[in-house]
Formats: sequence, C-alpha cells, structure tokens
Amino acid sequence: MPNMALKKTPMPEQQPSIRNKNFSEVATGYTKEMAVEEAKRCLNCKHKPCVTGCPVSVRIPEFIKAVAQEDFALAYKIIKSTNSLPAVCGRVCPQETQCESKCVRGIKGEPVAIGRLERFVADWAMENIEKKTEKVKSNGHKVAIIGSGPAGLTCAGDLASLGYEVTVFEALHTPGGVLMYGIPEFRLPKAVVQAEVDGLRDMGVDIQTNMVIGKILTIDELFEDGYEAVFVGSGAGLPNFMKIEGESLLGVYSANEFLTRINLMKGYKDEYDTPIKKVKSVAVVGGGNVAMDAARCAKRLGAENVYIVYRRSEAEMPARLEEIHHAKEEGIEFKLLTNPIKILGDDKGFVNKIECVEMELGEPDASGRRRPIEKKGSNFTLDVDCVVIAIGNSPNPLIRTTTPGIEANKRGCLIVDEDSLKTTRNAVYAGGDVVTGAATVILAMGAGKQAAKSIDEYIKSK
Amino acid sequence: MYLIKEKRRLNSSMTLMSIQAPLIAKKAKAGQFIILRINDFGERIPLTIADCDIDKGTVTIIFQKVGKTTYELDQLEQGDSIQDFVGPLGLPTELEGYKKAAVIGGGAGCAIAYPSAKALHNMGAHVDMIAGFRNKDIIILEDEMSAVCDNLYITTDDGSNGNKGFVTDVLKKLIENGEQYDLVIAIGPMPMMKAVCNLTKEYNIKTIVSMNPIMIDGTGMCGGCRIKVGGEMKFACVDGPDFDGHEVDFDEAMERLAMYKKEEKQSMDHACKLGLGGGKNA
Repeated sequence: MPNMALKKTPMPEQQPSIRNKNFSEVATGYTKEMAVEEAKRCLNCKHKPCVTGCPVSVRIPEFIKAVAQEDFALAYKIIKSTNSLPAVCGRVCPQETQCESKCVRGIKGEPVAIGRLERFVADWAMENIEKKTEKVKSNGHKVAIIGSGPAGLTCAGDLASLGYEVTVFEALHTPGGVLMYGIPEFRLPKAVVQAEVDGLRDMGVDIQTNMVIGKILTIDELFEDGYEAVFVGSGAGLPNFMKIEGESLLGVYSANEFLTRINLMKGYKDEYDTPIKKVKSVAVVGGGNVAMDAARCAKRLGAENVYIVYRRSEAEMPARLEEIHHAKEEGIEFKLLTNPIKILGDDKGFVNKIECVEMELGEPDASGRRRPIEKKGSNFTLDVDCVVIAIGNSPNPLIRTTTPGIEANKRGCLIVDEDSLKTTRNAVYAGGDVVTGAATVILAMGAGKQAAKSIDEYIKSK
Repeated sequence: MYLIKEKRRLNSSMTLMSIQAPLIAKKAKAGQFIILRINDFGERIPLTIADCDIDKGTVTIIFQKVGKTTYELDQLEQGDSIQDFVGPLGLPTELEGYKKAAVIGGGAGCAIAYPSAKALHNMGAHVDMIAGFRNKDIIILEDEMSAVCDNLYITTDDGSNGNKGFVTDVLKKLIENGEQYDLVIAIGPMPMMKAVCNLTKEYNIKTIVSMNPIMIDGTGMCGGCRIKVGGEMKFACVDGPDFDGHEVDFDEAMERLAMYKKEEKQSMDHACKLGLGGGKNA
C-alpha cells in the first residue's frame, strides 16, 4: 500500500539560529527510514509525468521503487545511468519547477520529494559503494572540453563512458566551476563536488587546471593537437553591474567576487590568506539564487543586518522557494519593490549608504513578469557597509574573441543549433550558460549530455 | 606544480624568479600577466610577465615584497615549486606603428616597463627609457634596460645616484629639448603614472599605462579589478591591463587599491609572529 500522507516526509535541518553562524550543510539529509517512507508515497504512474520534467530524464519512478524496496544500490545504478552528478542535483535542482511539478501526488497535497530521495541515494552510495574504476576501453578519439562546471563535467562523463579520451581544461585552480566558486558550502558541500570530480578522473578523464583556453591555447591549436571535437562550457562568467553611481566604492562587490572569496578561496577560514571584510550591514541587490547565497553567506560571516533589495515582488523572484524560505528563517530582511539608485561612501571611499526608491508593479513586460515602476519621491537610504550586486552575469568573451568562425548573439551568448548544440564552427559544440546566459545547474547538465550525444554522432560519422 | 628554475634577489625588497611554464612562455607578449598561488591556502596574486624564454620554457616574474604572499614567495628557492601559475592573461600592449617612444618605469614598475621597451626596440623604434627609484641602492635591471634602449636615464628621489628628481622631471626636460615622442609608456606606482599622464596631456602625447588592481581570477569573472576609463567601467584583466592613461580615473583606482590594507596588515602581523618574515613594508 502506498503511503497516502499528503505532505512530504520533512527534511531534517539545522536550526536557523544555529546554522546562520556556520557553513555546515543546512539540510542534513534523510535517514534510511525516512527515505523508504517517502519513497512509498510514489504511485509509480505508468505514464511517468515526472520524467518529462527532468532535463536529464532520470528514470524517477524506477529508482524510487528501488528505494521503497530498500535496494539502494539498484536505485543508485538507475539514477547514474542518466545523471552523472546525482549528489549535486539532489541538492541544487529546482525540483519544484521540474520533476516534482509534474508529480500526480502534487495535485492534492505535496508531490513526492524526488530531489530529497535522489540526494539520499547519492549520499548512501558515496558511503556504501566501494569505488571501482570503470575505465572504458579507449576508442582512440580525443575530445576537448572547455570549462569544468556542470555542463563540462556532464559532457566529459558521458563521452568518457563511451570510450573517448577526454581532456577538460579549467581556468581556475580547482575543477567544478560554479559548483565550487559559486554555490556555498552550506548548500552544496565541496566534498560532494570533489567526489564527483574524482569519479570522472577514475574513469580516465584528464582534468587540467590553470588552463585559460583562448589565452594559453586557442581552439584552433586544440584541433592541431589532435582533438577531433571541442565542447565549450565556459559559463556566464562576466558579472553585470547596475551602472549606477557609487559602484566603484570600496565594499561593493559583484556576487561572483563575494562568493568566490568565500567558497573557492575559503575567506571564512582562518588558515586561508584570502582577505574578506568584516561587515555589519549588507545590501544584496537581486532576487535570484545567487542573491540568496550571497545574503546567507554575509549572515554567516557575522553581519548583523542583511537585506535583499529586489525591484519586483516576492512572486516574481527567480530564486527557488526553498532558498527564499531558508533565507527568511535565517534572519535575512527582504526589501521588496525596492530599487537601488545610488551607492554612497565616506571620505575614504568606503560604502556607508545605499539610496533606494520604492517601486510598484505595472503591466507585464517582455519576460511576462509585471514591470516595476518607480514611485516618485519615495527615496530612502539604508545604512550599509557592504553592497553585493547579484543581478546576473554575461557570457565570458574569451572564447568568442579568440576563435575565428564562432558567432555570438548581441548579448554575447554563443549561437548553437538547438538540437545538436553545434556552434557556427564545425566540430565545436557549446552548452550551458555560455549559450543560454545565466541559468541553472541542471539545464547546463542537460546541455552537456545533449552535446556529448552530438559529438559522439559527429565523430562516428566522420 | 610549477618549478622555480632561477631565483635572484635584485635588491633588498625585489626578487626575480624564472618559472618553468613552457606553454605560457610560448604565448606571452609584453604587457600580459600571470596569476600565481603558492599553495592551497594562499591568495591568487597577479604579476606582470617580465620576460620569457621560449627555448628554456621559462617565464620570468619580478616582485616586490609588499604583503604576506610576496614575502612567502621570496622564501622559496630554486628547485622549489609553486602550486598554481596561470596565464598569459590580459591583452598585450599595442606597440605597432610607433617611431619614437619614451618608456618610463617607477621602482618595481621597471620590471614591467622593460619588456615593452624591449619589444619596441626589437621592432625598430627609437626608445628612450626613464627609470625612477627612491635611492641608488634599489636600482634594478640597469644592464637589461640599457641593452634595449637608445638612451637610459636613471633618476632617484634622493639624488643618491647623482641624478636627483622624479621621472616626470626627466621627461619634461626631454620634451622641452625637442624630443618628439609619439608614444609614452608609464608603468609604476599610481601617483607616478598619474603625474606622467598629467604632463603628457599638456603635450598631447599618447600615453599607455599598465593598471595593477586587486583581482582574483584574471579572466573577467570577479569584477574586482574594475576601473573607470573614459567614464566607463572596464575590467583590467580582460580589457587591459593597459589603458589610455589620459582616460583613466587614477584617484578612484588608488582608492580601490587600499581596500584590504587593514586585513593585509593583520595577515602580515600574524605571519611575522609565526616567523615568516616581515618588515616595515608590510
């Protein structure tokens, strides 16, 4: 008999008042008993609507059935057959708009907690399955992958399992891309990412760090070196600023810089040399997951007041509901329908205030969301000593400016064929944020998967 | 890991190192920089490439001990290795088409000015080099610089080498004596670059400066290196590090360099207590 409880089995979490002072993971994960209980809520629908909501088509009802039968090893095998990074996806996918949004149980009550179950299975496997190197016999073809974020890692994993000799080039000193420098430890422990990266290395993937393609080697030189195809997954690396007065003041950061200092460079740990300012009041501008991450990091660094400043209302916020909820619980103050117009500083150039104006919502704009309009004369200031700008990123220009024949649109995103993800240059494929602009981990993974399939077809047809 | 093939102290605060990095050596051009990280706990610091040897596969850097990372770097010896060394980053200096250039270096900036002088010289341009130092004890690269220019003028703040004055004094005199430069390159401390630009603006001589702001990744990701050029925000790592000196907002750039002064001092004080070196430059 299925478990007909209307609500998901709750996820154990650190208390908000405790966790907002540490960087340990917020959600501590299901126990075996909780996982089995939750798995029994799945009706195992014949038409599997949930699978259609998953960018990498995880065979969801099958793995959940295995969990319900306490065969976690089988569940892991099923997930792994289409998803190379389950421990990551189980934590950071927006399941509420993907698989879980299609769940039949969600019509009356809450959907099955697919993400939590995926995470449970991945974590269980990490602890219980003896790692065995499954190096596939080489097919003698070399493929280069630029960027070791979610798109690149997924593409590398899929191609390596088909026998390709894969080299991944990473610009930073640590592989993982946004999973390492962007998403904080308390949401995605770096050990989890490291384990996924190690898994790829065990499969024979060669990951070279400190390699800025476009500078040290160009794509043309990669072809000369014998690579038969190239996948570009270099991400949306260039931070956008608001172009308002005061953005050069000391204490104004892009979210990329703020998060990189904390996550990649471990500025919050004493044994690391990375400097990070002790801040008291922080305004984070933006309403996405990155803004929530930055705000929650600021709180953990000891800031007393942390504000999210967002020009639309909560309904329009692009952040996941869970992240908004967690941020509120941790004491982040939401200044909604509020737009910054100027950042002010002291005589030494340090930020001391941010001037904002109140907004109201008008007619829907091109994005389908209601357009925010300024309320005249509603200006006010917040006292802050730090401002983090989290209003999105543009694709990094290094590849498109150094590769003849690669075309980009006016926003700088690489142009690709929708089905094959082939760029305007033969044998060069691209996916993830460098094509779409800043989006999600799972969409980038889906693109990495799609490109791996196209590259395989292309090389086989040569 | 990147092997230190050569280490040479140039004066009490400056050190030269040649690092085994053949791919970078093959690609690097004057004006570009590298980012290094000594070990897992270290900071990423940018340093402009001073020279390259394609045959030996080495990249030369020259650094001044100013903070914890450069002090630690100075403790390493030939045969030791550096954890991370990435480059060549930034755009090369545009040197095509100039006939007569004044290349100006201030202190450690001479190490960065030198490759540009060398490149111009090799391209057949007339090169006058002006190098400024606080005193004669810290003069570096005298032989190297004189080998790549037509005239080398070394000046000291205190006059201890017999030539008292700032680099701007020398430049002004040369211009007033009728030297017709179509390019000035100024590399050194911000106040020096600013002073040179103020002078060359009067004579309407194109002036390139090399900016050295705080940065993390060096590939456009962090935006920490943003500076204002011609009223627009630019990232020194991908749009520079060279800019038209007459367009750079030096006052803002100087302010931004002071961002972590307090934290750097704490880090140095801590390092000194651990016996990692120290000194008044900290």
